[in-house]
Amino acid sequence: MTQDSIRQARAWYWQRISAMVLAVFVVLHLVIMMYAIRGGLSASEILDRTQGNVLFGIFYGLFVLACAVHVPIGVAKIVQEWGGISPSVARGLSLLFSILIVGMGSAAVWGVSVR
Amino acid sequence: MTPSTHPSTDTEILVVRIWRGTSTGAFKTYHVPRGESQTILDVVTYVQRELDPTLSYRFACRVGMCGSCAMLVNGQARWTCRTHVSRVLDQSLTLEIAPLSNMPVIKDLATDMTVFFDKWAKAKGQFQGASSRHEDFAQIRPDSPQRRAADAGIECIGCGVCYSSCDVVAWRPDYLGPAALNRAWTLTNDVRDTQHLERLRAIAGDAGCHACHSHFLCTERCPKAISPTAGIAGLKKKIGRMAVKGEL
Repeated sequence: MTQDSIRQARAWYWQRISAMVLAVFVVLHLVIMMYAIRGGLSASEILDRTQGNVLFGIFYGLFVLACAVHVPIGVAKIVQEWGGISPSVARGLSLLFSILIVGMGSAAVWGVSVR
Repeated sequence: MTPSTHPSTDTEILVVRIWRGTSTGAFKTYHVPRGESQTILDVVTYVQRELDPTLSYRFACRVGMCGSCAMLVNGQARWTCRTHVSRVLDQSLTLEIAPLSNMPVIKDLATDMTVFFDKWAKAKGQFQGASSRHEDFAQIRPDSPQRRAADAGIECIGCGVCYSSCDVVAWRPDYLGPAALNRAWTLTNDVRDTQHLERLRAIAGDAGCHACHSHFLCTERCPKAISPTAGIAGLKKKIGRMAVKGEL
């Protein structure tokens, strides 16, 4: 068995675990959003409520991490199959994509819940 | 005896477009009289016997046991012997018959299934037991979870319909495909087999079960109502857990 096969099997496992996390988080996110803005809410009113809220920051921090694990694994598969790109290049691209998600996601979480 | 309510089909003529050539070629049109209880295999046989003896195709049992007559009928992989013309014909009375996709074409409707069966061997699709004829039969409870899982996929006859229907095989030619993985799943659940670990190692990874996107086309098209997708999901789960625990 090649190292690549073991890597693929582990990647599948982590994609599945992160999918379970995302399934819960996406539902919670949608419910909170719909509940919070049902009477209309401006951007500044939203920030008034979220900034300084530790729970809010932890929730969306974990959300970003789950995305950073889940999405790049799928992207690597797609670029290999549809783009004919080699597995090692696909892994490199997916790692960059993961860093991008963590970077942009962390900046958003920081801006909304801390600053 | 009540008169038949079936419309008379004696005067109808089917317009049948059949692939002629190898990987390069073209569809050629034939006109075939419509008959009662006519199958697609009857249509192809009529063309070869009455209109064009140079047409090549493959069949054996004619009753859905051997799996050798699978072809694309109006774009979908099917057993031609068990597909009545009435099931696939529309108002235009036109049929399009082509060789199975995802396999090289030898000539006309006959495909080269070598790679398809080689992948079964790569997936360690052979049973290997530990006991000989001198020992007693293994006692397997038919209602045990493992035997039930094996039974769900054991009726595969290797016709290639699932393999021809699979998008992932088209995108990634080294992918083992649904039939080989279904076979691996049945053997993984066979408690008498002795090469479980070797098999799981052989089918892990990108060319194996982890390439499956769960499109369910194999399950949708399987003439035996087997779900290779379910078996592949079982393999992914088993291999994923073992890889994380370092047991592979």
